Amino acid sequence: MAFRQFGAAAAVAVTLAIAASPAYAVTEIQWWHAMTGGNNDIVNKLAEDFNASQSDYKVVPSFKGSYPDTMNAGIAAFRAGTAPHIIQVFEVGTATMMSATGAIKPVYQLMKDAGEPFDPKAYLPAITGYYSTSKGDMLSFPFNSSSMVMWINKDELKKAGVAEIPKTWPDVFDAAKKLKTAGHATCGFSNAWATWAHIEQFSAWHNVPIGTKANGLDGFDTVLTFNSPLHVRHLQTLIDLQKDKTYDYSGRANASENRFASGECAIFLTSSGYYATAKSTAKFDFTSAPMPYYPDVEGAPQNSIIGGASLWVMGGKKPEEYKGVAKFFAFLSDTDRQAKLHQQSGYLPITKAAYEKTVKDGFYEKNPTLQTPLKELTNKEPTENSRGLRFGNMVQMRDIWAEEIEAALAGQKTAKEALDAAVMRGNAMLRTFEKTAK
Amino acid sequence: MEKSVVFNNKLLPYLLLVPQLIITLVFFYWPASQAVWQSFLREDAFGLTSEFVGMENYQALFAQPEYYKAMLTTLVFSSLVAVLSLSIALLFATQADKNLKAAGAYKTLMIWPYAVAPAVAGVLWIFMFHPSLGTLARPLRWMNFDWNPLLNGNHAMSLVVMAAVWKQISYNFLFFLAGLQSIPRSVIEAGAIDGAGPMRRFWTIVFPLLSPTTFFLLVVNVVYVFFDTFGIIDAVTGGGPAGATTTMVYKVFADGRLGGDLGGSAAQSVVLMVIVIALTAIQFRYVERKVQY
Repeated sequence: MAFRQFGAAAAVAVTLAIAASPAYAVTEIQWWHAMTGGNNDIVNKLAEDFNASQSDYKVVPSFKGSYPDTMNAGIAAFRAGTAPHIIQVFEVGTATMMSATGAIKPVYQLMKDAGEPFDPKAYLPAITGYYSTSKGDMLSFPFNSSSMVMWINKDELKKAGVAEIPKTWPDVFDAAKKLKTAGHATCGFSNAWATWAHIEQFSAWHNVPIGTKANGLDGFDTVLTFNSPLHVRHLQTLIDLQKDKTYDYSGRANASENRFASGECAIFLTSSGYYATAKSTAKFDFTSAPMPYYPDVEGAPQNSIIGGASLWVMGGKKPEEYKGVAKFFAFLSDTDRQAKLHQQSGYLPITKAAYEKTVKDGFYEKNPTLQTPLKELTNKEPTENSRGLRFGNMVQMRDIWAEEIEAALAGQKTAKEALDAAVMRGNAMLRTFEKTAK
Repeated sequence: MEKSVVFNNKLLPYLLLVPQLIITLVFFYWPASQAVWQSFLREDAFGLTSEFVGMENYQALFAQPEYYKAMLTTLVFSSLVAVLSLSIALLFATQADKNLKAAGAYKTLMIWPYAVAPAVAGVLWIFMFHPSLGTLARPLRWMNFDWNPLLNGNHAMSLVVMAAVWKQISYNFLFFLAGLQSIPRSVIEAGAIDGAGPMRRFWTIVFPLLSPTTFFLLVVNVVYVFFDTFGIIDAVTGGGPAGATTTMVYKVFADGRLGGDLGGSAAQSVVLMVIVIALTAIQFRYVERKVQY
């Protein structure tokens, strides 16, 4: 009796299981990403919309932690033979991914093999240039691109008697001093992403090289050169201002961005992708302005470089899975979808059509904040020093540069000593990378 | 007349040992030998190219001034954590060993932090001590104390030490308490009758009788600070500022995971392995002599 009941129950369960599975197999596409908060919702929504738009493929996004965590998870998975199809890698991981021929499937190749319509000229060159070979072949698909901007707390600036939004570094220092006397005792101005702000963007914006060979874009035998007098002068100024907290260091990554939204720091340099968070957390009138520059440097400001991340397709997958990935990328490139993504997240539009549509809609007149990074990127025709950068081991190299900046700001080293050490240690890493990436 | 069962099969003892041996080989010797082998290779992060380079990884390692700095940091960090976590746990355990009203609840609460993952423990401490967001950092700033673990190496070090100690106290507490409870009351009472005060009783009776526990905990704690603390360091300071909290195991993690330099990272693990084996050997050879079982 008991056995018969069990048998009946099992039969019902099996029937249900068969009924629940679809008539034909859906190809699953794994997408590993590093988006948190509001941007995580956007990723999930994109996957949902794509899955609803057709029935052959199913994109499954999974959050894998911070940018370095996600990249390392992907590398470890590749070594174990369980890599996802799509992985989001931040811009500094580009050189590492590029050199891994065989581990990745270049996007231009993917689109060609799958027969999906794909015109590389439809994408904004300031963005795709970063992820393409010198011949212009697109290797990864730009997903969330940003640049560095200066976020301004307009209410506090007004209170401190700063009439105009500072344009140059001397203007910023003056404003910071005024803010400090007006009550911002712990922070005149600050920034997230220490090395991105004071080495990478700073160099491009002033048209000075970070390293030889067009900052590594033209070859892995590049040598770092960011210990120039201009770099030393800038860091020395920061060291002096750190002493009384006219400038106050906020760490290597962006964990301290909340210092802006909380009102503590009224001038704060960080990614333009901070827009979504600022909009939901800052309870004051704020805006973004272009990064400051030294007016006595000839040609400054030049143009800024992008940050953010792109989607890499991993190698060794089945053709029908690649077909799905290609369809998903075509879906992402859709003009309306790109324009909406840009307007919601604050990340840059990746196609020319999406940018033009946003301009035509009059969106920037209401939201000038979102146009700042685009104006910076397209300020001038990029030079060798401002096209981008491509250094191997960049993830850890940033930590090493930051270590030296920290030593300088803590008063253990002069600006010159710190930058010399950063260049020397960085070059040693570049030589190791050059040996493995043949 | 003897009535013991004798197994004459020569193979049987080995067969009985096999499961244990397999576990040891698969989970200890195999990965360890992999690390040694890896330390002689130069490989890219994806493992696509691999080249035998002999001692080159070790040479590069010992040419780095940062590596010696990491050794010194490890020495400071591990002594601080081991001494503090052992002594604080001992203090708590002696207090809990008394006849307390809510002893059960007190003991349970003491054990809780051990269940917290290292990275989570790190994040909890950041929430308290982040210079501008931390709930405990603000009072420090009001008192005009320039608390800044983002730039001040000593502040950062004290923060990771606090988090690591906090996490380890429960474990030590548990063992100390068990050790204390196994000391016969009669010995202590005899001391009391002979007129020894509480302090005297503790140092001449309890502490020596507790020495097997203390010795065991010393070994375990040294292994803990050497290997298990990188999660805390990663969450709290990321090894900074300026490498002030980069211990040897954190450097293994940073070079291998963040830097993708598996050969150099493996070489460091081998060095670390040798150091810990040596330390444990020294502890058993010299410290154990003073232990009274």
